[in-house]
Amino acid sequence: MMTTQTSPEAIDFYVRETHHDGEEHHHEPGTLLGFWIYLMSDCLIFGTLFATYAVLGRNFAAGPSPADLFEIDMILVSTFMLLFSSITYGFSVLRMHKGDLRGTQLWLIVTGLFGLAFLGLEIKEFTHLWHVGATPMASAFLSSFYTLVGTHGLHVTAGCIWLFVLLAQLQIHGITRENKRRVMCLSMFWHFLDLIWIGVFSFVYLAGVTV
Amino acid sequence: MSTSSNTTHGHDHHDESHGSFKSYMIGFVLSVVLTVIPFWLVMGDVLDSKAMVLAIVFGLGAIQMLVHIYYFLHVTSKAEEGWLAMSTIFTILLVVIVMAGSIWVMFHLKENMMPSHDQIEAVRQLP
Repeated sequence: MMTTQTSPEAIDFYVRETHHDGEEHHHEPGTLLGFWIYLMSDCLIFGTLFATYAVLGRNFAAGPSPADLFEIDMILVSTFMLLFSSITYGFSVLRMHKGDLRGTQLWLIVTGLFGLAFLGLEIKEFTHLWHVGATPMASAFLSSFYTLVGTHGLHVTAGCIWLFVLLAQLQIHGITRENKRRVMCLSMFWHFLDLIWIGVFSFVYLAGVTV
Repeated sequence: MSTSSNTTHGHDHHDESHGSFKSYMIGFVLSVVLTVIPFWLVMGDVLDSKAMVLAIVFGLGAIQMLVHIYYFLHVTSKAEEGWLAMSTIFTILLVVIVMAGSIWVMFHLKENMMPSHDQIEAVRQLP
């Protein structure tokens, strides 16, 4: 029995992993899966916030109801802002895998602008609600509404900050292995936020004004 | 799909993990359709039955989430040796338990608390 001999395959694997790492686009050890597991834990946070809204969302405490407050046409616009930002982020990833730095940065900037437009619309909506007296203190419905939608908005804010930092990193270092990994992580984060928004506009806004 | 140096040394399975122009466009077009229909139903007041509208809004929302997971997030049964799909299914299971459980428990609690004025009057008039 050989005990200390390393098999040729293992040596080959080791050599490939250590020496051509910049070029060969190898399997990123664990980072993408780890980031995905973080996103799934985030998904649980949103799951509990959705459950809270489901329980409290009809307790108006004699205050305003969704039908009184929500402007669905503006929600349609912000939904499309996020949807456009998802597809432009996809274009950015495709340009990156073609090795096109300028294209990657350009589509990232477009994505960031759509993200900022979404945030602007959300801030406009919240300030409007606040001015008509629909504050989180007004009813359990509004407390759970601001918590759920606000948490999503904070995530988009964090995503925008990350996006502009990433633009700077791309400008300084170019399309390196590290930057590729970062772009792929933010890609998952960004598409995940769009996915959560589907739940928000269906459950909070559309169902809210229908019931 | 990738034309860069990635494909020259094998590891072809990795190319699926970032999609192609075609898959992104399919996902985008499906998402637009699945977004416009529920908004049109609610804004245009198309159907009389509110329960029907709610069912369609939730149904199409769930389908659109699956579209995003497949076409944008590229979660397939093969990605990351299946762990991506595994953790996703596990999370969906937990979220469903939390959502359905909360709604079930809390709405049953409500039925046992603070009877409304009508109910109190009805009990009062019992012989």
